[in-house]
Amino acid sequence: MIIKLLELIPPNTKIDFFGHRFYAMLASIIILGGSTLMLTTKGLNFGIDFVGGTIIEIKTETAPDLPHLREVLKELHLGDISIQEFGAADNLMIRMPQQEVQPGAAEADVQRGAIEKVQAALNKEFDNKVDYRRTEFVGPQVGKELKRAGIFAVLIAMGGIMAYIWFRFNWQYGVGAMLALLHDVVGILGLFSLTQMHFDLSTLAAILLVAGYSINETVIIFDRVRETLRKYKKMPMTEIINFSINSTLPRTLMTSGSTLLALLALYMFGGEVIRSFVSALFFGILIGTHSSYFVSTPSLYYLKLRPDPEKPGTAVAEEPA
Amino acid sequence: MLTIPRWKAVLILAVALMGILYSLPNMAGPELRTWLHANVPSWMPGKTVNLGLDLRGGAHLLYEVDVDGVFRERGDLMVQDLRTELREAKIGYSSIGSAAKGARVTLRDEGDAEAVRKILRKLDPNLDIQTNGATIEASMNEVSLKSVYDQTISQSIEIVRRRIDELGTTEPLIARQGENRLLIQAPGANAEQLKAIIGTTAKLGFHLVPEAADAGGGTRSLPFAEEPARRLAVARRPMITGDMLETAQPSFDQNGRSVISFRLNNTGARRFCDVTRQNVQKPFAIVLDNEVLSAPVIQEPICGGQGQISGGFTVKTANDLALLLRAGALPAPMKVIEERTVGPTLGSDSVKSGRKACLVGLLFVIAMACLVYGLFGVFASIGIIINMLLILAVMSMLQATLTLPGIAGIVLTMGLAIDGNVLIFERIKEELRAGRSILSAIDTGYTRARTTITDSNLTALIAALILFSFGTGPIKGFAVTMCIGVATSYFCALSFTRLIVLTWLKLKRPKAIPV
Repeated sequence: MIIKLLELIPPNTKIDFFGHRFYAMLASIIILGGSTLMLTTKGLNFGIDFVGGTIIEIKTETAPDLPHLREVLKELHLGDISIQEFGAADNLMIRMPQQEVQPGAAEADVQRGAIEKVQAALNKEFDNKVDYRRTEFVGPQVGKELKRAGIFAVLIAMGGIMAYIWFRFNWQYGVGAMLALLHDVVGILGLFSLTQMHFDLSTLAAILLVAGYSINETVIIFDRVRETLRKYKKMPMTEIINFSINSTLPRTLMTSGSTLLALLALYMFGGEVIRSFVSALFFGILIGTHSSYFVSTPSLYYLKLRPDPEKPGTAVAEEPA
Repeated sequence: MLTIPRWKAVLILAVALMGILYSLPNMAGPELRTWLHANVPSWMPGKTVNLGLDLRGGAHLLYEVDVDGVFRERGDLMVQDLRTELREAKIGYSSIGSAAKGARVTLRDEGDAEAVRKILRKLDPNLDIQTNGATIEASMNEVSLKSVYDQTISQSIEIVRRRIDELGTTEPLIARQGENRLLIQAPGANAEQLKAIIGTTAKLGFHLVPEAADAGGGTRSLPFAEEPARRLAVARRPMITGDMLETAQPSFDQNGRSVISFRLNNTGARRFCDVTRQNVQKPFAIVLDNEVLSAPVIQEPICGGQGQISGGFTVKTANDLALLLRAGALPAPMKVIEERTVGPTLGSDSVKSGRKACLVGLLFVIAMACLVYGLFGVFASIGIIINMLLILAVMSMLQATLTLPGIAGIVLTMGLAIDGNVLIFERIKEELRAGRSILSAIDTGYTRARTTITDSNLTALIAALILFSFGTGPIKGFAVTMCIGVATSYFCALSFTRLIVLTWLKLKRPKAIPV
């Protein structure tokens, strides 16, 4: 009653995680291979943050007739305008591509003009009873810069994380963490490519969040590996890995479980604007847990953190305090 | 260490109490909030979280200032000055025109080159002058280019600020970004209105209209605002410019049409008086942003410094233009390169749904903690609630901006906050199972888990800090709450909840904890 009410899993599990690593690796290879394939063939569906363009979110008094509205906007000849329901039937999201600028015309005027044309058409269609909830316009130059700045931030953050782990643990841990991070990032990119969800600045934030979460998971197992290594000087690496993962298993289930629950609340009640952001996080936490178990920790074995005992004469790796 | 020194316990409780106190104003209704903001000294709890534009509604506009236009204009002016000087010095030239950021002149006689160089030096000592045979090219040097850049941007900021102030928008942020960009963030502003007043350069000039015979290189053909097909050749150099206006007000003329009444300052009034005296019965043009508004004929010298501008205005356009003329002209045209506007309804909807998501998420996490850990779960839950309040309190005190991704960051911080407790509790359970006594298990649990929590929180903090310094927009908003959340959850798991656990231990002295 005091510290234990329900038991999520029985104590002292002895699951042979390391022994099953090939199945897990197969899963990773499928995820990574699939992601690479999707990314090279389909690519990412970049949102306006990165390629420029306009989105307009409107709310109307009654649910509009979408096919008719599409016809109306098509007649404006402003390129491929997409209209989608956004959360509710009377809430619409309109996406407009970057307008082509004829030589001689002022860029800004052309883009503004396009937005005004759409607004005029909407006002006419809905008898001036349109609530413009959100308008976002990003010029192509700004899009390019945001993309560059975003990639830069992601790379620096990852480099910083790896450097810290390198400094706090050992180079093998640093490399292991990096591999796991790459695994997660490629996996999420693959998901976005597969579903063709819009990839924008908040997606980038989601990727970084997942990276942080996954590294957190990895660090906790690494911490246990380091402690076990010190405690059992003779234990082979495979057993150390299994023992460490098993003893952190209840914690992983509990933390992932409650974080996923909190995310569920965000998904259900957080509003349409951050829904795709939340689904990216959801998937990311799953893939992050997978990578901590089957990418970063097993890589410690392959990187020979503790040399194989079969080879005589090799000293036990010394750990920095 | 199973006892917490008294001073530490007091400190921990004080921090928790401050968290509660400083987060309280956020629960207040709008009226109480305004009262608090106005009447409570800044160090006392009274401040509330600063909502970002996506939650409050408002406009985020990024403009690019066309500084090159200023250079072109300067080049034009230089050409005119040079032409006048050359004429006075009786130096012959075969061609003259503006070049990249300067002027170019080809002389009839190469021997005059030295004299021309002197004239150029006199016009502007900061010119780079290159002579190539009979052709002399003068351009602004690095120093003056940079000063033109800086001046143009800072002037633009000043003018934009004045214009927005005239609108009565509260707390706009106007800042330079990079070389030639201007960021404007105006919470609660009507974006369309904002763009309308910023998008107009509002460069006003009264130009003489020379007789056809006189029309040489000194004139420019400009279209009429109301009928673009009709054009008028006006003198390049204005006799009166917008900065000579003292005030401008919308009003009506004797026929009841909307006009703008203006009064010139002393310099302007004197100049207007002189020029109109010399040009009676000749037309002059009132030009706004390279369009002729009207071209009245000067009936008599105008010396009072007052007048009216007509140009087919409506009441609204007259109003807007008067505002722009009062605030002054932008030194260069600006164009929108990024715009994000959120209407007030979406903003308040987002706040509502964000609040709901946070509360439900909190409930879920608390339910799970209590279900799995029983009494210790209750302890952890109290810690998490204090954690949430602390995040609110710190954000209010620092006046950090809360955005929608920031709310997502808070929800995820709940995950991180529970993680600290979970690590500790699981460790305690493990140690109990390994046969340690209650005291020793709890002690080891906390010591062992501390290193793990420190490592995992520090990695999260590193990532969040880097994101904060390099990220933009949503990335930054989420990094802010992440940074604060990491710090507060560290405190809550390792100090606050520990204090509760140890106090409970001391009071109850449990004989056994079943695991």
